[in-house]
Amino acid sequence: MTVREGEGAAKIHSLPVVQKAASGIPGFDEISNGGLPYGRTSLVCGSAGAGKTLFGMQFLVRGISDYNEPGVFIAFEETEEDLTQNVASLGFDLQQLVDSGKLALDHIRVERSEIEESGEYNLDGLFLRLELAIQSVGAKRVVIDTLETLFGGLTDYTILRSELRRLFRWLKDQGVSAVITAERGEGTLTRHGLEEYVSDCVILLDHRVHDQVSTRRLRIVKYRGTSHGTNEYPFLIDEDGIVVMPITTAGLEHDISDERVGTGVARLDQMFGGEGYYRGSTVLVSGTAGAGKSSLSAHFADATCRRGERCLYFAFEESPAQIKRNMASIGLDLASHEAAGLLKFVAARPTMHGLETHLAVMYKLIRDFAPSTVIVDPVSNLISVGHQDDANQMVVRLVDYLKTHNITALMTSLTTGGKAEQSTDIAISSIVDTWLLVKSIEASGERNRGLYVLKSRGMAHSNQIREFVISSEGVDLVDVYVGAEGVLTGTARAQQESRERAERLRRQREIERRQQELERKKKALDHQIASLRAEFEAEAAEIEKTLEEKKAIEEQLLFDRDEMAARRGADRSE
Amino acid sequence: MSNEIRNSDDIWTLRLYVAGDNQKSRTALTNLTRLCEAHLGEGSYEIEVIDLMKNPQLAKADQILAIPTLIRKIPEPMKRVIGDLSNAERAMLALDLSRFEER
Repeated sequence: MTVREGEGAAKIHSLPVVQKAASGIPGFDEISNGGLPYGRTSLVCGSAGAGKTLFGMQFLVRGISDYNEPGVFIAFEETEEDLTQNVASLGFDLQQLVDSGKLALDHIRVERSEIEESGEYNLDGLFLRLELAIQSVGAKRVVIDTLETLFGGLTDYTILRSELRRLFRWLKDQGVSAVITAERGEGTLTRHGLEEYVSDCVILLDHRVHDQVSTRRLRIVKYRGTSHGTNEYPFLIDEDGIVVMPITTAGLEHDISDERVGTGVARLDQMFGGEGYYRGSTVLVSGTAGAGKSSLSAHFADATCRRGERCLYFAFEESPAQIKRNMASIGLDLASHEAAGLLKFVAARPTMHGLETHLAVMYKLIRDFAPSTVIVDPVSNLISVGHQDDANQMVVRLVDYLKTHNITALMTSLTTGGKAEQSTDIAISSIVDTWLLVKSIEASGERNRGLYVLKSRGMAHSNQIREFVISSEGVDLVDVYVGAEGVLTGTARAQQESRERAERLRRQREIERRQQELERKKKALDHQIASLRAEFEAEAAEIEKTLEEKKAIEEQLLFDRDEMAARRGADRSE
Repeated sequence: MSNEIRNSDDIWTLRLYVAGDNQKSRTALTNLTRLCEAHLGEGSYEIEVIDLMKNPQLAKADQILAIPTLIRKIPEPMKRVIGDLSNAERAMLALDLSRFEER
C-alpha cells in the first residue's frame, strides 16, 4: 500500500465517510462538521414556535441559492400562500424560486372532520405527490413539515405507522437529503415517536423561557457515523433566518499576535511599556459605578477608528446617542467615526433576550461587521441575565471566538461597592489577558479615580496606581502623591502638593533670610573691627606722641643736669 | 337536509382516486359499484375513476393523500371517504346512502 505524502492516516483505510449536505444555516455546519447527512433523512424536532419550519425552509432556500440543489417543501400545516408570506420577512422569495423551477411547494390538507375511513388504504397519494414534486424540479432536498399532522387526521395508526416506515425508506431510495419536522412530546423527542424511524440524524430545537426571558437552543441529539458538537448551542432567528452560534470552549489553539495596539490614552500606553494592549487580547476593565470604565472604552474605540480599523461597540447600559453625547463632552468625536462606517454601536437592554441569544446576536454582528476591536460595555450586565455558571461559560465561549479571530476585546465590568474588586469577576478574570481596575478612592470628603493594572499577560507593566482624571480634553492619567502622608489623590493631592510647595518656599525664604543676616552680621563685625582699629590707631598715635614728648622732656632734663653739673664743676660720679 | 332532499333526484357524481390498475383499486371500485347499485339504482350515479399513476398532478386539486379515496362531488356538500369501502356500513353512513332504501 502506498500513501502519498501529505495524506492523513485515515486515508490509508479509506473509510466510508458520511457525505454531508451543507445546511446553509450559519454555524450549524460547523457544529455538525459539514451539514446534514447527504441523501438521508434528518429529524428536526421541537415544540411549537421552536423554528422547525424555518430550519427546513432555510435548508431548502439556501440549498437552491448557495449549492444549486433544488428542493421540495411539503407543508401539512400551512398553505403555500401563508408559507410564502411568512418567510418573505426573512428575505426568502419563494414565489420567484417556484417560478424559476427550483422549488416545489405542496400543501397537503389533512382534516379529520372531512375524512371518513372505510376499509384498507395506504398513503400512495402522498407518495405520488411527493414523487411528482421531486421530479418536477429535480429535487435533491425535501422538507416535510410537519409529518405528525397525519396522526391527527387519520385514525388507523397501524396503517399510518407502516406507511411512515415505508415513506422513510422510500425517501432514502430517492437519494434526497430530507428534513422531517416533528412536534416535541412529553418526555420524548417527538409526540408520536418518529425518532424510531429516523436513525441518521436527530436535531432538537428548544425554545425556553426562564425568568421571562426566552432563549433558543439547538442540539444534535444523534448523528450516526460522524463526530459532532454535543453541546446545546444558542441560536437566533432574525431577518436572515436561523444563525447558530457555533462557539465551543475547546479553542485554545488560536494564533497569537505580537502586535500592540494603542489604548487611546498615552499615559496608559506608558503603563504597558509604551505600546498598549496586544492585538487579539481580551481586556477587562472593572470598577465601581462612575469610575470611568465607559470613558476608557470610548478612548479605545476612538483609537481603533483613528487607525482606520473597525470597532463594534455593544452598549448594554446607555443608548448610542447618549454615549456619543457624553463622550463628546470629554473631547471624543465618536459620531464622525460612526459616519465613516468605522464604528458601529449596538445597543440593547440586557433583559431583551436571554444571555445565549445576546451572544448569538453578538456573534452574528461580529461575523458580519468584521471589526478589529469589540467593546462590551458592560459585560457584567450580560452575566446578570443568565445564571452565573451558564453565563460564565458563554462569556468564555465568546472570548474564545474573539481570540480565534484575532479581535481585540475590551469588556467592562461593574463591581459593586463593598465587595472586593476582584471577587465579582473571578469567573471571567482567568480568561482575560489584561485587567485594569478603576477604583474610587474616597478621602477627605471627595471621591477620586485611581487606575492600576491588575494583570497583563506577557508584557511588562507598571505596578503603580495612577490617578485617573477625566476632563474636557479626555482621559488622562497623572501620578498620585505618594509620600509621608500616604497615597493622595484629587484635591487632597493638589492640596498636599501646594502645601509642599509653600513649605519649600518657606524654607527657601528662611535660608535666604539667614544668609542675609549672616551677611549683615559680618558687615557689622567688619565695621566694628574697622572702628576699633581706627580707635586703636588714634590711641596709638596719641601714646606715641606722649612718649615722644616724655622722651624729649627726659632728654632735656638730662641735658639740663649735665649742664648744671658742669657749671658747678662737680666731678663725675661714674 | 332540505337541500339534500331536494337534490336527491339529481345524478350522483362520484370520483374514485386509485393508484394503478391493481387488486386494491379493483376492490374499491367493486365495493363502490355494489353500494351505488344497492342504494341509488342504475342511471342515478356516475363514477369517475382517476388513476393517479397516470395523472399524478390530479392529486393536488382534490387534496388526495390516501389511496383509494372516494370524493362525492354531487350532491353537495362534498364528502370524502378513504379506504377500499370494504366496511359497507361506515361507507353508507359517510356518503349518506343510508337514507335510501336498499333495493
